[in-house]
Amino acid sequence: MGVGAAAVEVSHLTKRFGGRTAVDDVSFSVARGEVFGFLGPNGAGKTTTVRILGTLIAPTAGSAVVAGLPLGAADAAEIRQRISIMPEAPGLYRRLTVTENLDFFARLYGLPGRETRIKEALEAVGLSDRAHDLTGSLSKGLRQRAALARTLLNDPEVMFLDEPTSGLDPVASHEVHGLIGALRDRGVTVFLTTHRLDEAERLCDRVAIMNTSLLTIGPPDELRQTLFSRSLAVTTAAPLASPDQVFTGLPAVQGWQGGDAAGGGPASYVLAVSDPAAAAPAVTRALVAAGADVLSIAESRHTLEDVYLELIEDTEGRTR
Amino acid sequence: MSMSAARVGAVIRKELAEFQRNRFIVITASILPIVFLVSPTASILSLKASALTTTLQKRVDYSLFFPLLIPVFVPAILSAYSVVGEREQGTLEPLLTTPISRVEFLLGKAGAIFVPAIGVSYLTFGVFVAITQFAAASPVATAVLHAPQLPAELVFIPLLAAWAIWAGLAISARATDTRVAQQLSTLASLPPVAVAALMSFQVISPTFAVAAALAGGLLVIDVLACFAVAQVFDRERLITGTKPTTEQHYRVRGAS
Repeated sequence: MGVGAAAVEVSHLTKRFGGRTAVDDVSFSVARGEVFGFLGPNGAGKTTTVRILGTLIAPTAGSAVVAGLPLGAADAAEIRQRISIMPEAPGLYRRLTVTENLDFFARLYGLPGRETRIKEALEAVGLSDRAHDLTGSLSKGLRQRAALARTLLNDPEVMFLDEPTSGLDPVASHEVHGLIGALRDRGVTVFLTTHRLDEAERLCDRVAIMNTSLLTIGPPDELRQTLFSRSLAVTTAAPLASPDQVFTGLPAVQGWQGGDAAGGGPASYVLAVSDPAAAAPAVTRALVAAGADVLSIAESRHTLEDVYLELIEDTEGRTR
Repeated sequence: MSMSAARVGAVIRKELAEFQRNRFIVITASILPIVFLVSPTASILSLKASALTTTLQKRVDYSLFFPLLIPVFVPAILSAYSVVGEREQGTLEPLLTTPISRVEFLLGKAGAIFVPAIGVSYLTFGVFVAITQFAAASPVATAVLHAPQLPAELVFIPLLAAWAIWAGLAISARATDTRVAQQLSTLASLPPVAVAALMSFQVISPTFAVAAALAGGLLVIDVLACFAVAQVFDRERLITGTKPTTEQHYRVRGAS
């Protein structure tokens, strides 16, 4: 794969199962070394897209390039050699040990130096001490780690992880997040399908939100800014006598609302601003000049969850 | 990507390791040969040297037919588990995401069943013949050893096993439950047994020419069955349970 080439390039991908459209005209690209989040509700077509890109199922229409190879029957086996996929279920042979599982997959990939690779993969996921345990005897978190070790074996250019922390406790999830961070540091492209928006926000360089068709794509910060106006949350010890006079005309302040105080206590104002960094000092000075006791001034942050819910509710509202 | 013997070998190795540790499979694969050994052996050993020729003939025919059921039932059970077992464990999708081709997958699965099924069948046949030679009355032992259907049946064992394997794999690829797959596989394995039974009971005279013709026919059916199974065996159908809806689907190329 040439320098600068996308790790995954998807163009007008569509998949229909009979009369049902699972993926509708989806286009996006994933840069090399990027951690790319793929979000959407159940049945949104995320897993179908991953299966198409992993050459497990064929698209009804559209095309894609994965790890430098065009998607199609001719290059399917070579694409599978260059990528790895971790489905939602760990998919390990319960009657085989962890090492036997990894050895089987290493043989399927035709990897030289299997023992070393298996050892390295187990070390990477912190599972060396359980190498000879039957996978059926492992906890769900440890099985997930073993499955992650399996995806590391072939040193993939692109790694597809489908809900890698599904069902894991916070500690195990944190460990998986650490592993994904380590993969990014090694330059592996990670295509992360997840329901966990905090996970996507923390790990992903960019996210795509889809619900059969692609709704939006971009870095989480950019999506927040595109979808929601930026704002400052101001709290004063008592309601301002004339908030209009205080806030109107301040640099970067576009409008305000609020000011209701329950029982004469602290009052809250939300100011729509074009640039919080420029607005905050001006607002502070104006409040002090007006004799207000300022309790707090902070930028209101919308989470990725807000973005997600806004988009999904919007599309579901339109389809009703 | 060309066919890799190493990948076929990897599947065989993995399957055998799994079979060994699957109590249900070990018990089923052990009990059947014992049942099909004990009954005909007892039947032969109970014959006296003075037994009538017709009685002797009937008992020999009956005794030589039973071991023929081993290469049918044992592979039917193992092959039925083969694909649906992967699906139940959730291992099918990870397996199909590797570079393994459908031919390698099928050959690996079939090989892992063929080897133990044939081994158990010949071993059972061998033990049966050995016991009769050492323990049966002299004329009875001679009748068993010189039965015209004996060499033909030895040829039929791998052919019957191959049919049972392909039928079982085809059913296993479409089934969603191991037990249903095993029942259907057992039923699907029976038609060729009927032919072998006709020969064993000498309804069809087991001459060399007849045996060779039947064996040849069964061989052709086995090869056709192999191709038929390969045709229904594509990743999309196995994973989603639906037919591919595009010309591009990955079954088309042999390497995929």
